[in-house]
Amino acid sequence: MRYHTPQTFEDAARIAAGAAGVTRFLAGGTDVLVQMRSGLVLPDDMIDLKHIPGVRDIARTADGGWRIGVAVSGAELGEHAALKADWPGVVEAMELIGSTQVQGRATLTGNLCNGSPAADSVPGLVAAGAMVTVTGPSGSRDVAVETIPAGPGKTALAPGELISAITLPPRGAHGGDAYLRFIPRTEMDIAVVGCAVNLVLDGDQIASARVALGAVAPTVILVPEAAAAITGTALDAAALEALAGAASAAARPISDKRGTADFRTEVAGVLARRVAEIAYARAKGHAK
Amino acid sequence: MAKDEMTREFKLVGTRALRPDGLDKVTGRARYGADFALPGMLWGAVVRSPHAHARIVGIDAAKALALDGVKAVVTRADFPAGLTGSDWDIQENVMAGEVALYDGHAVAAVAATSALIAQEAARLIEVSYDLLPHVTDVDAAMRPDAPAIRPGSADHTVPDGMSPNVVSYIEYGRGDLDAGFAEADIVREQTYKSEATHQGYIEPQACVGQLGADGKGEMWVTTQGQWYVRRDCANVLGLDVAQLRVTPSEIGGGFGGKTTVFMEPLALALSRKAGGKPVKLVMSRAEVLRATGPTASASMDVKIGMKKDGTMTAGRVEFRMQGGAFPGSPVPDALKCAFAPYKLPAVLHIGYDVLANRPKAAAYRAPGAPMAAFAVESLVDEMARELGLDPLELRQKNAVEEGDQSSYGPKFRKIGLKEVLAAARAHPNLAAPLGPNQGRGIATGYWSNYNGDTAVSMAVAEDGTVQVSVGTPDIGGSRASIGLMVAEYLGIPYESVRVNVVETGALAINEPTHGSRATFANGKAAVAACDQAIKEMCRRAAADWGIDAEAVEWIDGAAQPAGPNAGKFPPMSLAEIAGRMSDSGGPIAGHFEGIPRGVGASFGTHVVDVEVDPETGRTTILRYLVVQDAGRAIQPAYVEGQYQGGAAQGIGWALNEGYVYGADGRLQNATFLDYRIPVASDLPMIDTVIVEVPNPGHPFGVRGVGETGIAPPLPAVANAVAAATGVRLRELPMSPPKVLEAIRGRRDG
Amino acid sequence: MSKIHVTTTVNGDPVEFLADPRETLLDALRDRLGLTGSKEGCGTGDCGACSVLLDGRLVSSCLVLGVEAEGKRVDTIEGLAEADGTLHPLQRKFLEHAALQCGFCTPGILVASKALLAKNPDPTEEEVRYWLAGNLCRCTGYDKIVRAVIDAAAEMRGAA
Repeated sequence: MRYHTPQTFEDAARIAAGAAGVTRFLAGGTDVLVQMRSGLVLPDDMIDLKHIPGVRDIARTADGGWRIGVAVSGAELGEHAALKADWPGVVEAMELIGSTQVQGRATLTGNLCNGSPAADSVPGLVAAGAMVTVTGPSGSRDVAVETIPAGPGKTALAPGELISAITLPPRGAHGGDAYLRFIPRTEMDIAVVGCAVNLVLDGDQIASARVALGAVAPTVILVPEAAAAITGTALDAAALEALAGAASAAARPISDKRGTADFRTEVAGVLARRVAEIAYARAKGHAK
Repeated sequence: MAKDEMTREFKLVGTRALRPDGLDKVTGRARYGADFALPGMLWGAVVRSPHAHARIVGIDAAKALALDGVKAVVTRADFPAGLTGSDWDIQENVMAGEVALYDGHAVAAVAATSALIAQEAARLIEVSYDLLPHVTDVDAAMRPDAPAIRPGSADHTVPDGMSPNVVSYIEYGRGDLDAGFAEADIVREQTYKSEATHQGYIEPQACVGQLGADGKGEMWVTTQGQWYVRRDCANVLGLDVAQLRVTPSEIGGGFGGKTTVFMEPLALALSRKAGGKPVKLVMSRAEVLRATGPTASASMDVKIGMKKDGTMTAGRVEFRMQGGAFPGSPVPDALKCAFAPYKLPAVLHIGYDVLANRPKAAAYRAPGAPMAAFAVESLVDEMARELGLDPLELRQKNAVEEGDQSSYGPKFRKIGLKEVLAAARAHPNLAAPLGPNQGRGIATGYWSNYNGDTAVSMAVAEDGTVQVSVGTPDIGGSRASIGLMVAEYLGIPYESVRVNVVETGALAINEPTHGSRATFANGKAAVAACDQAIKEMCRRAAADWGIDAEAVEWIDGAAQPAGPNAGKFPPMSLAEIAGRMSDSGGPIAGHFEGIPRGVGASFGTHVVDVEVDPETGRTTILRYLVVQDAGRAIQPAYVEGQYQGGAAQGIGWALNEGYVYGADGRLQNATFLDYRIPVASDLPMIDTVIVEVPNPGHPFGVRGVGETGIAPPLPAVANAVAAATGVRLRELPMSPPKVLEAIRGRRDG
Repeated sequence: MSKIHVTTTVNGDPVEFLADPRETLLDALRDRLGLTGSKEGCGTGDCGACSVLLDGRLVSSCLVLGVEAEGKRVDTIEGLAEADGTLHPLQRKFLEHAALQCGFCTPGILVASKALLAKNPDPTEEEVRYWLAGNLCRCTGYDKIVRAVIDAAAEMRGAA
């Protein structure tokens, strides 16, 4: 295995584009090293992105959003008070991944590019309307985060392309987001179901909402029907029921070692209801 | 020590002395299995079958052998033929012969100059297979049309017409079962199932082995029993047992799983083939889960007759257990434990040992007892609820005591079940209020405890300090407990005793630390060894004083004249005698070889409060209480630790642990990510009550405390979940999807 | 495969080693530098037995490549006690509370606990449990570990 430490994303893309064998980008390494240990992936070229200036930065964008470097760890994200105040759901989702030790290394970008339908941080990013910058040998483009996952273990990135930053939009007033997942233990498990809700209030009414589900389809999915079920409501009991029903209806899960399809379908609705209440409380300014 | 000494005060026994190996273990200095290295050492890797059941058609190692740095490849052809019985079983499990019997079964091994080269070489070894039909479920394996795993391997006990996978049949009981059931007001029968779990020790198997062409070898290994490693490796490889010297490392957990060998003989075989260079083998976690012994999965029928007042009149169990593709599931011990807590006039036990395409089961903490307790204690709870009886009172009513004939035959000697139940009743946890979706569960468990081959020696050093050599690796504080007992008995400071866990060349054979025997057997053996040394020290003092040796006794760490008629001499301390021993007759030592008699059984009762999320089926442990009879707690903190650890393992078994096999017969959860043992945030503090009903068969009253505690959690949690939800889960683990489905069934029904 | 020369600081000492780029930091510590106090229980970041601090941040050394340690500061269990052997309060409290049985997970738990107390000198039981959720212990049921950490924290606050 060759180990590369490029100084720019363009160089990183060029190394990847020119490599003949198995190539992996290294940020936190908490997925790729596990794959190497199990013999599942044996890279010929390992491209460490952490030598590129700015990859550990969390910065305000000109419009009041946030730009998050690809090597920012979950622990660093969690320690950033201003970002956490704006997007608590995005941050809490990232912080749920793995152990404290994994938090010291794991990144949002890595979680996204691992392509797992159960990736904890992805529903939160999708609900938040995050954008990612994709850099390839021929330049960069910005795309919506939900266009990246393409199926279990797959992304829409072309060979030689990589993500060079994640951008969160400005939070704005009267907004709130939240993420919950279901796992059998209290920690250390892969989500059996995950759900993120991001909403903006107009008074007591939900003016707009985005609901995303994880681990109930080949990719994390955005569920407009679920958002529609609560938009225009004050999240009363009927709205919550409609939300749960829409979330369960959107779920197209499989049965596997972590849970049955029936269980995932039912719990998707339960979580949607619980998450929406947290996001709503946050939007009202009640910390929860 | 006489019976009346059972209640005497001790100076050291019962104190929370620091463990002598503690400093090494908090500084990272303690050397575990993978921490050894030798000059010129090679690294090994094992090729394992990806199939549940397949004929091995060919093994081509040419590409691996062509790789730079590769020194040896071994297959079954490198092992002697002609082994029989359990020796053949172990050899076959270490390295498959004609057929790979389970996913993870070793088929070849390679040694190379680095771990990375060895792993690469293992990937280059090409094995071709013809797939055979497989079966992993115990009930499916018992069907007459099930794929036959090892035809002809049934022993004489198996009735005609059974599935070829039934290899042993057990039936015994006493009393008139029909009359017992007829006498009952209610008779209930249910079926329970439990999935296989793994011991889950955090330290994977690891060893360094060296074997020369002269048949002499050495091994450094993490094990619960170095003599078993020596014997099993020698048998598997056709060596003379005494020509192999095995040194145990510190051990990172075992729970029964390190009482036998899995890949250790491969290190020796590779070493022999690589010209005698030492070979290091370290399992990955996936190898541990796929190829070292989990426990059995079980399918169990229980039938109990009970009067309206809770008196039990008869009981019948029929247990079916698979222990992998080899005979030896823990069904005999499961049967023994099933009804042990209860006075029963009539009882029948039936057991089936069944083969399935899974790894060879190894012992796991009170082997068989947890499943048996799950089945019987669940039904007892169901019947208590049906009759509106208090489950603890019902157990008190039927509890066995000294002199009762046990359900499995022998009469109980002094036991502490009634004291345990009374202590549980008195605990504040039983009065804690419960909220919505919360429930309380109670269950009892039993383990008979064990003695086994034991050799211990002690020797006095020149300055009056004492070394003790024991043969059981220190898996959880046994150096401390043995040191306390020896110091107490000799009347010297705890700090003056060094307890060494020694290699096979230093003592006669010892069984591993299993059966909760370490403190019981070593303690009793060490006392016998100390008696020899004391006798010799009294003789030396007598010679010095010019009186009869019989006129000297050992009191408070010194030889003293026995009474006024013996003469007037000041006490001669152990240190004084030791300082002059070279001039007074040479070394002073003592030893014991034998099987210490007088094992004392241990009962425990657990009380757990849970909350179940009615919308997700997720169970949270709110409160947990362990009450168990220790006989005597030599070092109470480590006794509590055993209680807490057993409870945690049992909670894991009850809720989330279990082997998951796909339709292809492959293990799907061979990682700690998906084999879900409890993490710190899953558990509350675990309250403990140490009941002490001293065992008259031991100089300090020790019973053995390690194993009983894993049995009650399975039914206690199941009973608590039933109390919280109103639905009864009769299959483990009680994972959230299963609990939610049961709750949903209740809502719909 | 050609090896890469790595210069790093371990427990305050400058060290150098040659690493195959596929080797983990845990491999480097154990097999190149002879620091076998960090353990491998899983190799997949699920057990925490290999916990070390990397530039002060708690990580699983099995999930870090050895070559990534270049120019960084690594702190392991071997550096927890003072140079003269005086034990860290956590080490002492683990002994006093009998917070270890087999002791295999102990180095990782001590390193992780040190990182916790550096960040949060007065953790609740729940905070200790969640911080240590990635440090599996199969022997103790965690009870005595949690008590030892809380007790060490109290002593360290008193001493400060």
